[in-house]
Amino acid sequence: MNLFPLYNSLRIALIATVLVFFLGIFCAYYIAKLPRVLKGVLDVILTLPMVLPPTVVGYFILIVMSPNSTFGGWILELFGKKMVMTWYAAVIASAVVAFPLMYRTARGAFESFDETLRFSGQTLGLSNTYIFWRITMPYCRQGIIAGTVLAFARALGEYGATSMVAGYIPGKTATISTTVYQLWRTNDDAGAFRWVMINLAISTVVLLAVNFVEKREKNTKSRAVSVGARG
Amino acid sequence: MSLDMNIKKDFGGFVLDLELHAENEVLALLGASGCGKSMTLKCISGIVTPDEGYIKVNDRILFDSAKNINLSPQERHVGMLFQNYALFPSMTVEQNLMTGMATRKNLGKEQKKQIVREMIDKFYLTGLEKHKPSQLSGGQQQRVALARIMVSKPEILMLDEPFSALDSFLRWELERELMKVLEDFEGTSIIVSHNRDEVYRISDNIAVIADGHKDCYGSKEELFRNPPTYQSALLTGYRYFTRAEYIDPEHVRALDWNTILNCKTDPAVKYLTLRPEKVRVVSEAEAADLDNAPRFRVINSIDNLHEHILLLTAGEIHEGYGAEQDFEQLNIHISHEEWKKAEGAECVYLHFEEGCLIPLTK
Repeated sequence: MNLFPLYNSLRIALIATVLVFFLGIFCAYYIAKLPRVLKGVLDVILTLPMVLPPTVVGYFILIVMSPNSTFGGWILELFGKKMVMTWYAAVIASAVVAFPLMYRTARGAFESFDETLRFSGQTLGLSNTYIFWRITMPYCRQGIIAGTVLAFARALGEYGATSMVAGYIPGKTATISTTVYQLWRTNDDAGAFRWVMINLAISTVVLLAVNFVEKREKNTKSRAVSVGARG
Repeated sequence: MSLDMNIKKDFGGFVLDLELHAENEVLALLGASGCGKSMTLKCISGIVTPDEGYIKVNDRILFDSAKNINLSPQERHVGMLFQNYALFPSMTVEQNLMTGMATRKNLGKEQKKQIVREMIDKFYLTGLEKHKPSQLSGGQQQRVALARIMVSKPEILMLDEPFSALDSFLRWELERELMKVLEDFEGTSIIVSHNRDEVYRISDNIAVIADGHKDCYGSKEELFRNPPTYQSALLTGYRYFTRAEYIDPEHVRALDWNTILNCKTDPAVKYLTLRPEKVRVVSEAEAADLDNAPRFRVINSIDNLHEHILLLTAGEIHEGYGAEQDFEQLNIHISHEEWKKAEGAECVYLHFEEGCLIPLTK
């Protein structure tokens, strides 16, 4: 059995998650501080990919990346390569679709951050970078982990936009989800079933991991509370 | 060791316009909530930037709009104790103290650890080094916060309502500990509070803040004994007020009590207040021979645990309509012994003894 779709899916989802992790946190952190009106407008734009049908997102990505467009033409000229129908086009599609999940969860976490912690860090002479990485991020850890897992799961399951921008080329752009569709379409029910089971296994592992992390967080918290009550 | 500032900031609808000076002392900013006292601390620490003015600590300019100087909070070396202590929840006690070392770059790692160990000792935190803030009691949290500030060697110490989130027993205990820290601290300390008892015990001088302005300033003894303004009287615990009008240097008209009183005052007088321990209930015959013994009608009298509460008005009481609205009601607390002299009467005569009346401006 050719395991390329598994490898390709994981690689696409992982790279998309890394992109979305930094981009989502960056946007969430700065947009949480913007004035209300601007915040509302940007929020709508950045959340749109979550509510639009993936095919519509794929359509927009195609418009931007096709060799006939400014950006796509520019890439073609620079690298001599087309962007569409490649596995990294699938990375971009997955990232765009998964972005709002990371962005929204991270923003919620940043908005619940206790600003006096930042102020006290500043009066103690801590640099803003130190405060962000050592105080804000640990404080918002749960929201950020949740957002990352959600984004990874979404990127892994991406079908619509991916199939539009990367198509299904065995050994090149085939992912688990596009493979399942392709095999089922060509009456290879047994092959489709195998990939369905693999997908189920991955999803189960991800969910188990989330539950494990959440449980551990809760345990440390409740331990803290009981000790605090004694002290 | 001093603080010198004069700042102005418009928040749209609320203007903070404040001039303060403090030497090597504990200065209290006393005011109702929303008067701008916490905002003042935020301006000094650099969290909020004023529109104009200057802030100087120990002759070092922290902010000066005319000279275009505005140091970042990190450069100001101010120690600020926040209401919720603002301990970093993901760090242990030891790590929290270590963050206070950020400004002391000239020290080696071992020296820093040594100082942190000393502070842990000094603030009775031994054995708690590896604990997270959530595992500490309120008192321990305050000690960690203070130790962390002291580690950073601040030039000025600022405390924002340090006890407001605590119950009264813990409050008392922490106040004792805080007093020790304030005594040891060589520099200006500013404490913000709306609790007059706390302020009286802790501070040397008091600035009363009202509506973004300095209402008045003085030593705590003077201010509590002779509050000069309506706001300061209110905040130092005086309860009985009347609107007042100047007549001549010896006389003043008490509008709500519908009488003219003998009281040394000046044209700036706007209100009068009473020292309640110098109010006596007298009979009509006695009142006729006395100065400052106006008549009040009794609207109601309420038997309270340790005293009697009289609801009085200087005006007429109309059956079914209540008291006349022209005169503000006077709700005065008198001892049960005083009350016996007037029990059941329709009217009482209150004699304001020598030194009982305090004229107030503003």
